Amino acid sequence: MTMSKILIRGARPLGGEPRDVLIDAGTIAAVGPALEAADAQIVEADGQILLPGLVDLHTHLREPGREDSETVLTGTKAAAVGGFTAVHAMANTFPVADTAGVVEQVWRLGKESGYCDVQPVGAVTVGLAGKQLAELGAMHDSAAGVRVFSDDGKCVDDAVIMRRALEYVKAFDGVVAQHAQEPRLTEGAQMNEGAVSAELGLGGWPAVAEESIIARDVLLAAHVGSRVHICHLSTAGSVEIVRWAKSKGWHVTAEVTPHHLLLTDELVRSYNPVYKVNPPLRTEADVLALREALADGTIDCVATDHAPHPHEDKDCEWGAAAMGMVGLETALSVVQHTMVDTGLLDWPGVADRMSARPAAIGRLRGHGRPIAVGEPANLTLLDSAYRGAVDPAGFASRSRNTPYEGRELPGRVTHTFLRGRATVMDGKLT
Amino acid sequence: MNRHLISAADLTRDDAVLFLDTAEEMARVADRPIKKLPTLRGRTVVNLFFEDSTRTRISFEAAAKRLSADVINFSAKGSSVSKGESLKDTALTLEAMGADAVVIRHHDSGAPHRLATSGWIGGSVVNAGDGTHEHPTQALLDAFTMRRHLAGAADGGPTHHRGPGDGTGRDLAGRRITIVGDILHSRVARSNVHLLTTLGAHVTLVAPPTLVPIGVGQWPCEVSYDLDAVLPKSDAVMMLRVQRERMNAAFFPTEREYARRYGLHGERMAKMPDHAIVMHPGPMNRGMEITAEVADSVRCTAVEQVANGVSIRMAVLYLLLGGAAFGSTPAPAPSTTARTEENT
Repeated sequence: MTMSKILIRGARPLGGEPRDVLIDAGTIAAVGPALEAADAQIVEADGQILLPGLVDLHTHLREPGREDSETVLTGTKAAAVGGFTAVHAMANTFPVADTAGVVEQVWRLGKESGYCDVQPVGAVTVGLAGKQLAELGAMHDSAAGVRVFSDDGKCVDDAVIMRRALEYVKAFDGVVAQHAQEPRLTEGAQMNEGAVSAELGLGGWPAVAEESIIARDVLLAAHVGSRVHICHLSTAGSVEIVRWAKSKGWHVTAEVTPHHLLLTDELVRSYNPVYKVNPPLRTEADVLALREALADGTIDCVATDHAPHPHEDKDCEWGAAAMGMVGLETALSVVQHTMVDTGLLDWPGVADRMSARPAAIGRLRGHGRPIAVGEPANLTLLDSAYRGAVDPAGFASRSRNTPYEGRELPGRVTHTFLRGRATVMDGKLT
Repeated sequence: MNRHLISAADLTRDDAVLFLDTAEEMARVADRPIKKLPTLRGRTVVNLFFEDSTRTRISFEAAAKRLSADVINFSAKGSSVSKGESLKDTALTLEAMGADAVVIRHHDSGAPHRLATSGWIGGSVVNAGDGTHEHPTQALLDAFTMRRHLAGAADGGPTHHRGPGDGTGRDLAGRRITIVGDILHSRVARSNVHLLTTLGAHVTLVAPPTLVPIGVGQWPCEVSYDLDAVLPKSDAVMMLRVQRERMNAAFFPTEREYARRYGLHGERMAKMPDHAIVMHPGPMNRGMEITAEVADSVRCTAVEQVANGVSIRMAVLYLLLGGAAFGSTPAPAPSTTARTEENT
C-alpha cells in the first residue's frame, strides 16, 4: 500500500456515534460526521467498531530458535489479523533474549516484517535460569529500548533475585513481568489441582503456587518502591491479592489471557492437549472472578500469551504435549464474547484493556492513544455483528494449536492500520 | 458403553455384572485340563507396554492365549519408542499390522483415552493402567474376588473363608470396602472407587492426608485418616502398595511411622469382622503396608487375585472382541456345549 490518505466512512469510534476518520501521512487528520477527501482511498466501515490498534504485552514469536512453530514475520501477520498494532515478544527464545544482541535481532526482524510493531521483552536472568541478572541496562540502552523484563515460562522464584531486579530496572523506568509459579509446588504439574485433576490422575498445579508468588512480589514491589506486572493471572485468589495491593496504592499491574476468561479445566476431561496450557485452565468460579476483575480494572489488561507449537507437539498424549495456545487471531473475539456480549465491559473499556493500558505498562509510545486528530493512525475496525466458527486452517500464524477450533465466536477484524498503512484490508493481510 | 475399556467410570452396573459373570465362565475353563477356547482364533491382541509391568503383561498374555488369539508383546523399552517414536506413530504401525485389540500400559494418565479417541487405530483399546488415572481390569478382578468371598455363599452372603463361591448375577450392594494407602498416586484406587460404587458397595479410603488428592470430596466415597476406626466396619480391606520413595517427597516421615499408622498387622486384622477379607493388588511390600502374618493368612486373597486377573482379562477381551455390544444387548456367555465340542 502506497496510498497515504485513507478515509474510513461510518465507523463507530469506541462503539459510539458513526464518524468518518481521515488518515493522512500516518496520522489521524480529521474526525467528523461527513468528511470528504477526493484523493483518499475509501473504506466503508458501515457501522463497524473502530478501536485503537490493539497492544499485546505477552506474545511468543519463537524466533530465534523455534521457527518451525512461528517466526517474527508469521507471528506479526497473525497479530495484524487479530487487530494488533504492537506486540511484546517474550524472551524465552533459543538463544534466550538476555543480551542486547538478541533483543536487537528480534527488534530488527519486527521492523522488517512491517505488519506490527515488535517490542522485545528482555530476560530478567541469564538463560532464564533465575540465578544471575541479565544485562538489563544494556538491553534497555540497545536499539530495542527494552522496558519490560520477564523470565516468562519460568518464575523468578528466588526472592533476592526478584527484589534486585525490581530495584534495578527503576533506573530506566522498567518493569518486571512475573510468571508467578512456585516451582516446588508445581513439580510434575499437568493441570489445575482440584476435583478434575483428582479424577483424571493428572499432576496438580495448585492455585496457591501462583498466589503465594504474587503475594510475595507485591510486597517486594511495595518494599522497594518499584512497579511489578503479573503475567497471565489465573485464579480468583490472585485477583484478591492484586485488588488488595492496588488498594494500598502499590504499583501493581496484571494481565489475563483470553482463554482464562472463557475456558475451564472441565475441558481437560477430553485429554486433548490443545487444552494444555500454563498456567492451566481453572474453574468456573475463577473464570467469573477474572471477568469481574477485568471489568472493574483490578486486572489492567488482556494479554494473549500467544504460544505457537508445531502439530506434533500437540498430536500426542497429554503428558508428552507442550503447554500453550495460539491466541492473537481470536483474542478480540473472545473478549467480545466474554466481556462485551455479557455486558461486563463496553467498547471504551475494551480499548482501555486491550490497547491503552498495555501500552502504558510497556511505556510504548505511539500506541494505545485516543482516536483523535494528530494521533498516530494505529487503528482496528471490528465487525462485531459477525458470527462464525473458528477455522485454524485459515490462520496466519504458522501454528494451529487453538482451543477454539469449530467454536462459534463473535466479531471479526476487517481492517488494521499501522501508522496509517493498512496491514489488514477487508479481512485479508495486505 | 463402547468397544474400548478405558475407565471403570464408563461401566454401568449391568456392564460390570456381565464382565464378572463372564469371568466366572472363563474361570471354569481354567479348571479344565486343556485351558483353551477357540473364541479369538485369528484375532491379534497387542500388549503395548510403555511401563514395565511383568505381572499385568503376562496376565493379559495368558488371557489372550487361552482365547486362542495371536499375541504380540510390544515393550517400549529397547524399541523405536525409546528412540523418540511418538505414540501416534507406534499406533499407526500397530494398526497397519492389523491389531484387533491394543492393551496399553502407559506412564501418562489419559494415554489410552487418547489412543481410543484420536482416530489413530480402529481396534479396541484396553487400558492396562495409565499413569495415576485408572486400571479398570484390576478393579474388575478385585470386584470379582470380593463377589466370590462376600456374595458367593448360596444365600448370597459371605463364604467365611471356606473358599471362594460363585456370585453369578449378583453385585456388591451394601458391602463395605476399605482401601488403604497411597490413594493420590493410585490408579487402582480410582478405578475401584468407580466400579465398587457402581456395584452398590460403600467405599472408604484411608490414608495419611498427604496421600489423598485435593478434590477427593467429589468422589462417591468416605475418607478417613484412622485405620483402626474403620476396620471393624469393613467387609474387605484392600492394602495398596506404598512406594518407599514417597517419604523422600515428604508424604510421610519414615517407613516405620507409615507402617505403625497405616500398615495392616495381625493385631489390627483381628479388629475386622470374622468374614472380612484382606486384599492386595501386588506386588506387596511386606513389613511396610502389610506384615507377613497378614499376607500369609487365610483371609488374604492376593494370590487368588492374580488367578482371577486372567479370568477377568479373558472376559474383557471376549466381550470387547467377540462383537458383542454389551450394555445394550448382553452378549451370551460361551455355552458349555460349544466349548466341549471345540475342546475335544
